[in-house]
Amino acid sequence: MSALLWALVALPLTVGTLLAVAGRPADRYAPALAVGTAVAAFGLAVAVAFGHPRVEAPLLEGLPAGLAVDGLSGLMVVTVTAVTAAVLLFGVADIGPGEARARFFGLMLLFGGAMLTTVTATTLPVLLMAWEVMGATSWALIGYWWRDPARGDAATTAFLTTRAADLGLYLAAGAALASGQGGSLADLPDAADPWQAVITAGVIVAALGKSAQLPFSFWLSRAMQGPSPVSALLHSATMVVAGAYLLLRLEPLLARSGWGGPVVAWTGAVTAVLLGLVAVAQTDLKQLLAASTCAQIGFMVLAAGTGAVTGGTLQLIAHAAAKSLAFLVAGAWLTALGTKALPALRGAARRHRTAGITFSVAALTLAGVPPLSLWAAKDVLLAGALEDSAALYVVGLTGAVISAVYSVKALWFVWQPAPGADRREEPPPYATRLPLVLLAVACLALTVTSFPPVRDAVERVLGGEAAARPGPHAWEFALSGALALAASALVWIRGPHLRALTVQTQWLHLETAAHVLLVRPVTRLADALAAFDDRVLDRAVDGAARGSVRLARWTDAQVERLVDGAAEGVASGARALGRLARRPQTGQLHQYLAQAVAAFTVLAVVLVLVR
Amino acid sequence: MLTAIVLLPTAVAALLLCVPRGAPRTLFLTAWASTTAVELILTVIVWAGYRTDGGMQYETRARWIPSAGISYHVGVDGLSLPLVALTCVLFLACALYAWRDTRRVREFAALFLFLQTTCLGLFVALDLILFFVFFDLSIVAMYFVIAGWGHKNAARSALKFFLYTFIGSLALLLGFIGLYLAADPHTFDIVDLTTANPLAGHATYGALVLLAIGVGLAVKTPTVPFHTWLPPAHTDAPAAGSAILAGVLLKMGTYGFLRIALPVLPGAWREYALVFVVVGVVSVLYGALVALAQTDFKRMIAYTSVNHMGYIVLAIGAAGAVGANQEEARRLAVTGSVFQMVSHGLLTGALFLLSGVLYERGRTYEMSAYSGVAGRAPVFAALTGVAAFASLGLPGFSGFIAEFQILAGSLGPEPVATGLAVLGILLTAGLFLRALQQMLLGPLRLPVAAPGTDRPFPDLRLHEGLAVVPLLVLGVVLGLAPRFVLDVVEPASRTVLELLGR
Repeated sequence: MSALLWALVALPLTVGTLLAVAGRPADRYAPALAVGTAVAAFGLAVAVAFGHPRVEAPLLEGLPAGLAVDGLSGLMVVTVTAVTAAVLLFGVADIGPGEARARFFGLMLLFGGAMLTTVTATTLPVLLMAWEVMGATSWALIGYWWRDPARGDAATTAFLTTRAADLGLYLAAGAALASGQGGSLADLPDAADPWQAVITAGVIVAALGKSAQLPFSFWLSRAMQGPSPVSALLHSATMVVAGAYLLLRLEPLLARSGWGGPVVAWTGAVTAVLLGLVAVAQTDLKQLLAASTCAQIGFMVLAAGTGAVTGGTLQLIAHAAAKSLAFLVAGAWLTALGTKALPALRGAARRHRTAGITFSVAALTLAGVPPLSLWAAKDVLLAGALEDSAALYVVGLTGAVISAVYSVKALWFVWQPAPGADRREEPPPYATRLPLVLLAVACLALTVTSFPPVRDAVERVLGGEAAARPGPHAWEFALSGALALAASALVWIRGPHLRALTVQTQWLHLETAAHVLLVRPVTRLADALAAFDDRVLDRAVDGAARGSVRLARWTDAQVERLVDGAAEGVASGARALGRLARRPQTGQLHQYLAQAVAAFTVLAVVLVLVR
Repeated sequence: MLTAIVLLPTAVAALLLCVPRGAPRTLFLTAWASTTAVELILTVIVWAGYRTDGGMQYETRARWIPSAGISYHVGVDGLSLPLVALTCVLFLACALYAWRDTRRVREFAALFLFLQTTCLGLFVALDLILFFVFFDLSIVAMYFVIAGWGHKNAARSALKFFLYTFIGSLALLLGFIGLYLAADPHTFDIVDLTTANPLAGHATYGALVLLAIGVGLAVKTPTVPFHTWLPPAHTDAPAAGSAILAGVLLKMGTYGFLRIALPVLPGAWREYALVFVVVGVVSVLYGALVALAQTDFKRMIAYTSVNHMGYIVLAIGAAGAVGANQEEARRLAVTGSVFQMVSHGLLTGALFLLSGVLYERGRTYEMSAYSGVAGRAPVFAALTGVAAFASLGLPGFSGFIAEFQILAGSLGPEPVATGLAVLGILLTAGLFLRALQQMLLGPLRLPVAAPGTDRPFPDLRLHEGLAVVPLLVLGVVLGLAPRFVLDVVEPASRTVLELLGR
C-alpha cells in the first residue's frame, strides 16, 4: 500500500518533469501520456483513499519527509486527481497541436503532482517543498504564452505574491523546530508559546496568500492571463484550495491558539462578502469567476476558523467540481468566440446545448440554488459558524446571497439572445464534452454528501472533533435556499444592470496598494542602496587606495627628501672635514716642525694643568 | 592520496607549459579536461572510502619547517570533503565550457590547473601556514585569470580584487601568528590548536585574534561592507573565471570560519557571535536589495552571491548562541551552511557560465538589451530559467535544502535576525523573475550587433550544455536526495558544535 502512495505522487511529478524537459519533440505524445497518467493517478488515489497508507523517509536531521493519507487527504487526493484528469482531457482539445503541448501537459502534471504532495504531506519540509513547487509551476503556466509581456507580468505578480505569503511557512517551520516539536504537522498544536503563536501566524499568512484571501486576492485576477485549462485547475482543486486545505488540516492548531480561529473565520467571511461584490462588478467572465473563487474559498476558510471541518471539506469538493466546470466552458467559449467579455458573450449558451447547460449547472451551483451541491455544503459549514457567533453566520449568509447575484449575472448574459444571426458551428469534440458532462453530474450528485447518512460517513472519515459538530437545522437549509432562489430570480428578471464602483471593478485597489506600499518603496530602497554601494562604499575603498598612492607620493617627496638630505648632509660634512684635514699637509718641513712644536706645547700645557 | 589530488593539476600544468605554444589547441584542452576528469574520479574514490562518522581521514603529516611549528598536514572531514568534490566538479565544468576558447589556450589551461591545486590544497590543509599559502596563491592565480582573459576594465578590476583580498589575507596572517604565539608549544597545526584551545580565558587576546581572522575571512566571503571588490571582478572576469571565483574561491572565506574560527576560538566566537549574525543579516538583505537595482545581469548575480553567502554567515553566527537550549536547531543551521556552500557553488557556477554564453552571443550583459531570447534560444532560456529558480531557493533544488536548514535552524537561536533574513528569499525571487521576464520572455529583441557579431544568437552549443547541465542536474539531485551529502556533513557539524561548546 505504501508503494501506491509513493507512486501516486511520483507518477505525475516524474511524467510531468520528463514531458516538460523533452519539450517540442514530445508534443505529439504529450496529451495521451498526460491524460493516461492523470487517469492512473486517479485510480491510485481511490486505492490509497481506502488504504490510508503512511510512509516516511529521512530528509533532514530531525525533520523527516513523511506522506500519509487519512480521511481529509483521502478526499483531497480523489478530488485533485479527478479534476486534473477532467481538465487535462479538456486540454487535449483546447491546447491545439500547434502549441507547445509537451510543456503544457508536463507542467500541468507537475502542478497536480505538487498539489497531491501538499495534501498528503505529514511534515512541514515536504509540505513547504510541494507548496512552493506548486507556486513556481503556476508561474510557468500563467506565463505559458510567454511572448505576451502582460502574461509574464501576471505570472511574476502571482508568484511573488504567493511567495511573500509563503515566508510564513518558513517561519512556522523554524518555530516548530525551535519549540522542539519537530516538523510533524500533527504535533504542531502541542508547541509551547511563544513559538506556537509564530507557527499559527505563519501558517495563517501562508494559507491566506495561497488561497487569495484578503489582502492577497489581487494575484488571482492577474492569474487569469493563463490558458483556460490552467485557470480551471488552478481555481478548483489545486493552488488556491491548498490554503483552505492547510487551514482545515491544522484546525486543531487554530483552535488551540485561541485567536487563530476567529482571525481566520472573519477573514474568510469578509473575503466572501467583499470579493463577492467584486465579482458582481466584473464585466469579464473569467474575472468574474476569479473573484468568485476568492469568495467561495472564503467560506472554506470561514469553516476552518470555526472548526466546521466537514462543512469546509464538502464545500471544497463541491466547489472544485463547479468551478472547474465553469472555467472549462468559459475557455471553450473563449476559443470558439474569441472573447470573454460578458456583453460579447450574449447568446453563447444557446449555441451548443452541452456547453450551455453544463455552464448553467455550474453557475447555479455557485449561486447556491437547491438542490445543487454548494447550497447544502454551505449550510453545513454555516451551521458551524452559527454555533460560534450569530454575526459570523449573518455575514456568511450575505456572502451566499451575493454569490447568487454574480452567478446569475453571468448566466443572464450568456442566455440572452445573440445580437447577430445565430451562427451554428460544429459542436465541440467529445474530448471536451465528456469532462463537462461528468463535472456537471458531480455538481448535482455531491449534494447527497451534505445530508445524512452520507454526511455522517464523511464525518466519520474525517474523524476528530469534527464528528461532534451537529448538522444544520432544516430551517437553515430552507432559509439559504430561499434566499439564493429569491436573489437569483430578482437578478434574472430585472437584468444585471447594477452600477459598479471602481473600487469593485478594480479588485478593491489591492494591487495598486501593494505597488504603492511595498513594491515601490522596496525598489526605491534598492536603488538608493545601489547608489550608496557605488558612490560611498566603493568610493571609500577606491579612496583608500588613492590615499595610499598619495601617501606614497608625499613620502617620496617629503620624508624621502629629509632622510636623503640627512644622508647627503653626513656625506658632505665628512667631505668638508676631509678638506679641513688636508689643509695642514703642505709638504714643507719647517711648517710641520712648527705644527709639532705647537702640538707639544699644547700637550705640555694640558699635562701640567691636569696634574 | 590527497597529496596526489592536490598536486596532480599543477604537475600537468607544468608539463603543458613545456609543450611549445604552437602545438594544436585541442591538445591543451584535452589535457586540461582529462586532468579535471581524473581529479573528479579520484575525489569520488576518496568519497567512497570515507567513513561518515570517522572524523578526520586520509591524513598525511610531514615535517616542513619544524623550527616554526609548520608542517605539511592535510586531511578531509565532513566539512571539507563536499567542498573538495564541488571544486573538482566546477573545474571540470569550466574545462568543458572553455572547449572553443582560442585565446592563449596553453596558458589559460595551465593557470586553471594551478588554480585547482590552490583551491583543493586550501580545503584539505590542516596547517595554518599551508592554508595561508594556498589562500594567497589562489588570489595570485585568479588575478592573472581576470587580468589576462577578462574584458572591459579587466586590468583595473583584477588589481582591485588582488589588493583587496590580499590585504584581507594579511589580516588573516596576523591572526594566525596571534594563535601561534598563544599556543604552547608554538604551533600552526590546526588540529593541535583545536585540541589546545589556546585562547581560552584570554578574552581580549581572543577578541583581537578573532577580529583579525574575521576581517580576513569576511573580505574573502565577502560580507558587507567588504564586498565591493566582487562586482567589478565578476563583471570583467571571463565566464569560467567568474564561475570559479564565485563557486570555489568565495567558499574559502566561509570554510575558514568553520575550520578555524569556530573550533580554535570557541570562547571568542560565543562572545561575539551576535556580530556575525548582524553582518550575515545585513549581507542577506543588502546584497539582495542592491542586486535588485542592477541592470547588468552578471553584476546582479554577483550581488546575489553576497546575499547567499550572508545566509552562511548568519547560520554560523546563530550557531554561536550556545546555551539557548536549541541544540538541534543550531546543528541544522551549521549543516545548512555547509550545504549552502556546495549548493551556491553549483548553481551560481551554472548561472555565471550561462551569463558567459549570453555575453558571447550579444557582447553585453545589459538586461534591457535583450528580450524574448526564449524564441531564439529555447535551450539556453530553459536552462537559465531553471538555474534562476534554483538560485532563488525553489524546492527540488539544492538551494532550498540549504536555505531551509539555515533559516529553520537559525530562527530558534536568533528569532529577530532570522525573521528579517527570510525576506531575502522574497527579494531574490523578485530580482530573478524580473531578469527572466526581461531577457527571456516577451517579443524578440537582441542587442545591436557589434562589428563581426552579426549573427542570430545561436542556441546553446554542445560543450556549453555539457558544462552547465551537469551542474543543474547535481543541483536537482542534492535538492531531492540530499542524504548522501548530509550523512557526511552532519557528523562534522556536530563536532564543530561540540568544539564550540567547550
